[in-house]
Amino acid sequence: MLEIKNLHASLEEEGKEILKGVNLTVEAGKVHAIMGPNGSGKSTLSYVLSGKGGYEVTDGSATLAGVDLLSMEAEERAAAGLFLAFQYPVEIPGVGNMTFLRTAVNAQRKARGEEEMDAATFLKEVRAKAKDLKIDAEMLKRPVNMGFSGGEKKRNEILQMAMLEPKMCILDETDSGLDVDAMKLVADGVNALRSPDRGFLVITHYQRLLDHIVPDVVHIMARGQIIKTGGPDLALEVERNGYADILAEVA
Amino acid sequence: MGLPQAKLTATEARLASLAMPVQAGWTRPLREAALTRVQDLGLPGRRDEYWRFTRPDELISAAPVPAAVLPPAENATFEDIDRLRLVFVDGVFDPEASDDPALAGLEITRLAEAEAQDIPWAADLYGVLESRGQSPVPRPLAALNTAFATDGVLIRATGKVEKPVNLVYRHCDETSDAILHHLIRVEPGADLTVLETGPAAARFNKVMEVDVADGGAFHHVRSQGRDHDRRAATHIFARLGEESIFKSFTLTMNGAMTRNEVVIELTGDEGVAHVAGACMGDGSFHHDDTVFITHDAVNCESRQVFKKVLRKGATGVFQGKILVKEGAQKTDGYQISQSLLLDEEANFLAKPELEIYADDVACSHGSTSGAIDEDALFYLRSRGVPKAEAQDMMVLSFLAEAIEEIESQAVRDEVVASLAAWLERHRR
Ligand SMILES: Nc1ncnc2c1ncn2[C@@H]1O[C@H](COP(=O)(O)OP(=O)(O)OP(=O)(O)O)[C@@H](O)[C@H]1O
Ligand SMILES: [Mg+2]
Repeated sequence: MLEIKNLHASLEEEGKEILKGVNLTVEAGKVHAIMGPNGSGKSTLSYVLSGKGGYEVTDGSATLAGVDLLSMEAEERAAAGLFLAFQYPVEIPGVGNMTFLRTAVNAQRKARGEEEMDAATFLKEVRAKAKDLKIDAEMLKRPVNMGFSGGEKKRNEILQMAMLEPKMCILDETDSGLDVDAMKLVADGVNALRSPDRGFLVITHYQRLLDHIVPDVVHIMARGQIIKTGGPDLALEVERNGYADILAEVA
Repeated sequence: MGLPQAKLTATEARLASLAMPVQAGWTRPLREAALTRVQDLGLPGRRDEYWRFTRPDELISAAPVPAAVLPPAENATFEDIDRLRLVFVDGVFDPEASDDPALAGLEITRLAEAEAQDIPWAADLYGVLESRGQSPVPRPLAALNTAFATDGVLIRATGKVEKPVNLVYRHCDETSDAILHHLIRVEPGADLTVLETGPAAARFNKVMEVDVADGGAFHHVRSQGRDHDRRAATHIFARLGEESIFKSFTLTMNGAMTRNEVVIELTGDEGVAHVAGACMGDGSFHHDDTVFITHDAVNCESRQVFKKVLRKGATGVFQGKILVKEGAQKTDGYQISQSLLLDEEANFLAKPELEIYADDVACSHGSTSGAIDEDALFYLRSRGVPKAEAQDMMVLSFLAEAIEEIESQAVRDEVVASLAAWLERHRR
C-alpha cells in the first residue's frame, strides 16, 4: 500500500537533513507501528509523506498503491487516499468543523470523480460516527478544534479519518494526551476501520496504545532512519529497556 | 488666519465647481454656515496629519476621475431581504425605481423636497452633528457635503420598523460626482435598520447624520461596490442617547479609493456603539477607515472591529480613536484592526489611539497584520481541500469577527455569500 524507498528529506530553509534514507513498506490490511526517540524524524516523515511545505526531498521515493506521492499537492495526496492524524491538530477560528469536514469529503470525492455526499447523508454519518467516539454534537458546531481539549482534538482527528475513509492512515501520537477511556475509544475507532484494503502506520511512544491496536510490524526509527524492524515483541522490549540497547546494537 | 497657498488654491478650485441648490429653503443658512467651515478649514491636503496615509487629491479635485460602469451585483444586494428600496442613480433620487415609502413607524422625505417643508427635527439636525464632529479633528469634506448636498433622505423612525430601509446607489454615468446628505432620527424606543448598497457614482461624497434618542436602536449595514474605479468619501455622524444602540457594518469590495469616517458621541448613560468593517482589496485599491468614538457618559460600551484582506498592491488604512471624557466612568471600549496580507505587495497602515480622562474604564486595542497561517492552510489541504478553496476558507475565517457584528442572520448570509463569490472570481 505504502512504499517508501531510501527517502531523504531536509529542511528547506536550513538545509539540515532530517530523513536520512527511510525504507518502509506497509501492506494493505496491515498495521505498522513506528517508535523512536524524540527528534528522530517520525513526525517529519509523516509531514513529508502528506505534503507539508518547508521540506525538500533530496532522494528516494514514496508511493501509495503504486502512485507517486511526492509529486502531488497535499490535497491530491489526500484524495489519493492518504490521511494523517496530526500530533498537534490545528485550531482554525471562524471555520466551522462541519463545514470544513463536508468541504473536505466532497472535495475528495470530486477529485476522484465520485458523486458528492448530500447534506442529509453527511449529517447522518457524522452524527453516528461522532457518537461512537463520544464527541458531543455541540462541539462539532464550533470552529475547527477551537476550545477542544487535547483529547477531544485527537478524537476529532479520528472522526475525520472515519468520514474520509482513506486507504492509508498515518497516526502521529494519537494516544498522547488521551485518558484511559479516550484511548480505548480511539483504538476502537481505528480498529473499526481496519480492513484488508487499508493500511495503518501508527507512530507512538507507548506500548499501551499497541495493546488496543495490535500491530503486525513494529519499526524503530532513530536519527532519520528505520534502524530495526520486528514483531509486536519489539514494542514490549522498548517499553522494558528503552532505546539504548537497540541504538548500541546498530551503531 | 490664512490657509497655506496650496490648500487655498485647491479649496477654491473645488468650490468653484459647486453650487448650492437654488430651491434650498430652511437648509440655506445651515449650508451657508457649512460653507464658511469649509473656507475656514480648507479641504484636506497631503500635509494634513489626519490624511497622512490617504491622499485626498482625487477626493477634492474639481472634477472626478472618470469611473467605468460595471454591470451591477458584485456586492451583497440584499435581494432576498424584504426591504423598502429608495433608489438613487448617480446621486439623483429615482422615484420610479423606488418603493412606496409609506411604512408603519416611519416618515421618509426626500431632502430636495423637504427643503420647502417645515420639518423641525430635521432643521435641528442638518449639519449639526457634522459641525460638532469638526472638533478636535477637522472633517472638511463633510462640511462641503452639508453645504452642497443635492439630495438625500430624511428618515424618522417612531416605532419598531419591521422592514429595513435600503438606500440603493446605482452608478450609470462615468463622470458622475454625487453629494448626498441623509438625516436619520430614531425616536425613543424606536428601532430602525438602514441598508446601503451600490457604487453610487464615479465619485461619491456622502454624509449621514444619525440621532438616536434614549432607548432607540439603529442598525446599519452597507455594501460598497462594485466598480473598480469609483471613489468615495463618506461620513457617519452619530449621537447616542441613554440606553441606545448603534451598530454599523460596512463591506467594501473594489473601489479605487474609499475613505469612510465614522464619528460617534455617546452622550447618554449605558449606550452601545459598534462599528465594524470587512474589506477586500485587490490591486489599485485604497481603503481608509477612520473612526472617532467619544465616550461622554457613564457605563457605555463601544466596539470597533475592522478587518482587511489585501493583495497585489492594495492598501488598507485604519485610524481609530477612543476618547473617554472626564466622568465617563465604567467605559468599556474595544478596538481591533487587522489585516491579512495575501502577498508582499499589500500594505496596511494603522494608527490606533486611546485618550482617556476617566479612571474607572476598561479599554483595549490591538492592531495586527500578517499572512495566512501556513499550518492551518496545510491542515485544510491535508484533508483534501484544494489550495485555492482552503485559502478562501482562511480569508472568511479571518473576516468572521467583523461579520459577526451584523445582527441579522439573513444579512450576514448575504455578506458571506458575496464575499465568497468575490473570492472565487479573484482566484489567481
Ligand atoms: N520546521 C523545523 N525547523 C527546525 N527543525 C525542525 C523542523 N522540523 C523538524 N525539525 C527537527 O527535526 C528533527 C525531527 O523532528 P520530528 O518532529 O520529526 O521528530 P519526532 O520523531 O516526531 O519527535 P517526537 O517524538 O518528539 O514527536 C528534530 O530535531 C526537530 O527539531
Ligand atoms: Mg513527532
